[in-house]
Amino acid sequence: MKFGVIVFPGSNCDHDAYHVISKHVGQPVDFIWHRETDLSTYDAVIIPGGFSYGDYLRAGALARFSPVMNSVKKFAESGRFVLGICNGFQILCEAGLLPGALIRNRDLHFICDHVYVRVETSDSPFTNEIQAGSVLRIPIAHAEGNYVCDDHTLDELKQEGRIVFRYCDKDGAITEAANPNGSRENIAGICNRERNVLGLMPHPERACEDLLGSSDGRDIFRSLAATLAAAV
Amino acid sequence: MKAKVYVNLKSGVLDPQGKAIQHSVELLGFTGIADVRQGKYFEIALDENLDNQQARESVEKMAREVLSNPIIEDYRVEIEA
Repeated sequence: MKFGVIVFPGSNCDHDAYHVISKHVGQPVDFIWHRETDLSTYDAVIIPGGFSYGDYLRAGALARFSPVMNSVKKFAESGRFVLGICNGFQILCEAGLLPGALIRNRDLHFICDHVYVRVETSDSPFTNEIQAGSVLRIPIAHAEGNYVCDDHTLDELKQEGRIVFRYCDKDGAITEAANPNGSRENIAGICNRERNVLGLMPHPERACEDLLGSSDGRDIFRSLAATLAAAV
Repeated sequence: MKAKVYVNLKSGVLDPQGKAIQHSVELLGFTGIADVRQGKYFEIALDENLDNQQARESVEKMAREVLSNPIIEDYRVEIEA
């Protein structure tokens, strides 16, 4: 199995993602510059966090027009796996690969903190090694992480079990106090209908070593690796 | 020839920046403010040879596909000769 980490001008969590795949997942991984268009050798791509194009216009809005994004769309349509983290989630929403949008945090601040998220479903290639209801401690670092969508989209997400992560307190209760940024229904991460594209605001790649305060993020990469191992 | 594009958050979409601005101007003593919504404004210089209709169509497309995110924002286009 082979992973790719897409690098836009302004990506800054690309090395963290690369490190986790090579060290903790133990699989080959390449950086993919945003002008590349050939993804044929990859099984999964990660769109990492950062500030692609300086967040100009809207977070993720300009990265969507990079040449690689057409290939990412086709890659996703072919059923292969796409994981968007933070700015990667924003880019996937702007590109229409995931529904909804991420707007300015409710309280305006850039928030950099460890939060708790509850895994809402094991039925995804990114969470199949995690029991639904588990609470993960993972950091967030964003100013535009407030997830919004219309009522129709929200109903669809719920009915199809596509809300994968929600902000919660340390016991797993979904409360307004545990919602760091005002996201609708505490949504921290969602997947597409085919379930092979996941976007989340928290940074699992920054929570893969106890030294960094938490290793809970490894379960997400472990799940993806298990999915790929079963598929290959 | 010039196009002006105004992009605003749809009504109902929370605008924390607008709220903070409202709070600040109220601290300065301005009263009677019911609401402040912050938006974006673009000026686009266009080729003089475009006719008005062509210009409007291409700028509308630009506004719809790039300058705004239709999930959260509305836009309005004005063309000036």
